[in-house]
Amino acid sequence: MKRIWRWLDDRTGLITTIGRIARHLVPPRTGWRYVLGSATLVAFLIQVGTGIALATVYVPSTQNAYDSIDFISHGATLGHLLRGMHYFGASAMMILIGLHLLRVFLTASYKYPREANWLTGVGLLGLVVVMAFTGQLLRWDQNAVWSAVVAAEQAGQVPWIGAALAHFILGGDRLGGATLTRFFAFHVFFIPALIFLFIGVHVYLVLRNGISEPPEVLPMIDPQSYRARYADLLAARGRPFWPDVAWRDAVAAFIVVCAVVALAHWAGPPDVGKPPNPSLINASPRPDWYFLWYFAVLAKLPKHVEQPWFIVLAPLVAAIVLIALPFVFPAGERRLTRRPWAVIVAAGLLFVVGYFWWLGERAPWSPVFNAPALAVQGAQRADTLQVTGARLFHDKGCEYCHAIAGQGGHHGPDLTGVAARLDSAQIASRILGGASDMPAYVGKFTPEELAALIVYLRREHATTGKPAP
Amino acid sequence: MPATDTCAECGEGGEHPERISRRRALSRVSMALGAVSAALVAWPVVGFLFAPLARRVQGTWRTVGRVSAFPPGATVQVSFTDPTPLPWAGQTAATASWLRHEANGDFIAFSVNCTHLGCPVRWEQGAQLFMCPCHGGVYYADGSPASGPPLRALTRYPVRVVGGQVQIWTGPLPIG
Repeated sequence: MKRIWRWLDDRTGLITTIGRIARHLVPPRTGWRYVLGSATLVAFLIQVGTGIALATVYVPSTQNAYDSIDFISHGATLGHLLRGMHYFGASAMMILIGLHLLRVFLTASYKYPREANWLTGVGLLGLVVVMAFTGQLLRWDQNAVWSAVVAAEQAGQVPWIGAALAHFILGGDRLGGATLTRFFAFHVFFIPALIFLFIGVHVYLVLRNGISEPPEVLPMIDPQSYRARYADLLAARGRPFWPDVAWRDAVAAFIVVCAVVALAHWAGPPDVGKPPNPSLINASPRPDWYFLWYFAVLAKLPKHVEQPWFIVLAPLVAAIVLIALPFVFPAGERRLTRRPWAVIVAAGLLFVVGYFWWLGERAPWSPVFNAPALAVQGAQRADTLQVTGARLFHDKGCEYCHAIAGQGGHHGPDLTGVAARLDSAQIASRILGGASDMPAYVGKFTPEELAALIVYLRREHATTGKPAP
Repeated sequence: MPATDTCAECGEGGEHPERISRRRALSRVSMALGAVSAALVAWPVVGFLFAPLARRVQGTWRTVGRVSAFPPGATVQVSFTDPTPLPWAGQTAATASWLRHEANGDFIAFSVNCTHLGCPVRWEQGAQLFMCPCHGGVYYADGSPASGPPLRALTRYPVRVVGGQVQIWTGPLPIG
């Protein structure tokens, strides 16, 4: 065995070279916060392995993809586990690349001389986002079909080149047989190839420029003297990456793999939705969790904001800010205690995205199509006007957007006790004339129906215990 | 080539100018050959990828039912097949439209795609409104926007009646 080992190293030199690279010196006190990059790589490798396995059974045709996913999930040996691992591996990758970016930002590791490390990382972030989106579409169920349409419509709003972009995404000027194969080819060949390339350059740059020392060790970056000081630091206090530091990466990798396998086993992959038939229009398309916040942003975008420009400018500005960051702040202080604005920006962004995530999860703007009919309680059941009013509140769709006594939608105000705010005439005028974000119901009620509805809305007030004005 | 090759007109590094210009020419030729080769492979690849931009689907009339099947005043969903489905499209080739038979006998065919971001709107008979499940867009029965994010009316497809049959013109997905 040893002889084979020696022969291999003599003829290839690989073992010596890899050993030398693995034992490269790293600065002291890196700690657990430095494992996030390698953990992201582990998640990517999980994706490559499970993805290749899934591709041996998945059929990328609009006719068969849905059935093949169903077979993978319910018929194929280990298919359920593999799909689950691919799903949770994707989630892990999104979370870990986000945390890695946050760590690098907070420790200001993007500064001189690691600007190119940061840029390749930003490229990888973009590629991972594209992977997440195209992957969700390969499920090719009802949700995926409408997500493809929404993607094309969004692209279609880009000024001037919108239609061309949309047709590029769909593989034609409609959704159809050419759409899925496009997403498949990008998801399994093109983007992964770019990711491999970018990871290669990213890791090469980490080795070339050295891993950034914790800010406490060399708090100030001065491009004139930095490289010499870094070399002195390594000479004086550097430790070999393998195994002094790498054991933490191994522990993190183990945790990532265990978490992905455990979640895949117990929680399982996301359910495959209804079939990919665009004529089944009782759909409620929702993106996977990683895009839910953006879904909410598009719902809450004020009407006076030109959506086409927002759709182009928001990602463009985000990309420019990320790319420009190391060039605008290439040197100077790295300690977080001396960079209050970095903390404020990071915390602010996390808060805003978290808020929209929470909103997207609730989606209060969506009509509640399946709101149950409202019941009139007790003695009031004898009041036919109230019973009629309650029925109309449901049948005319009021309940889709307005709640009463905890039932119904949340697009419009809760109408429990509305009589405390509005008298009968005001209620009638609001119903018939509509409001800035409510349709006008003029012509949709007979006078008798309107009267019954108002009686019901005002009766509803009685249950809150306050006297009607 | 001997490294000791020196001469009067030799420049920096002791290289003969002739050899320098020869090297420069060789590297230029090699790079040019590489670029041309790459371009030769790239153009069909890129052209193939972008071909859908140039391809225009021919629209076509699709029969969706007899006039008598659509009561005046009603808005109903009709389903039909794409203009030119690929052989492997399967059920993804199906598409739908909201067909409204006006009291005066006219037909209006609305695209099911919300003009905000393309989600499928639903006709709510009781409310006489189209509602979008994604971001809460609402349209009146004539397709004009009523509330929520949409700014534009629902797209209409051409409709005609031929021999007592209602036909809808099906073409590209309404974009932008």
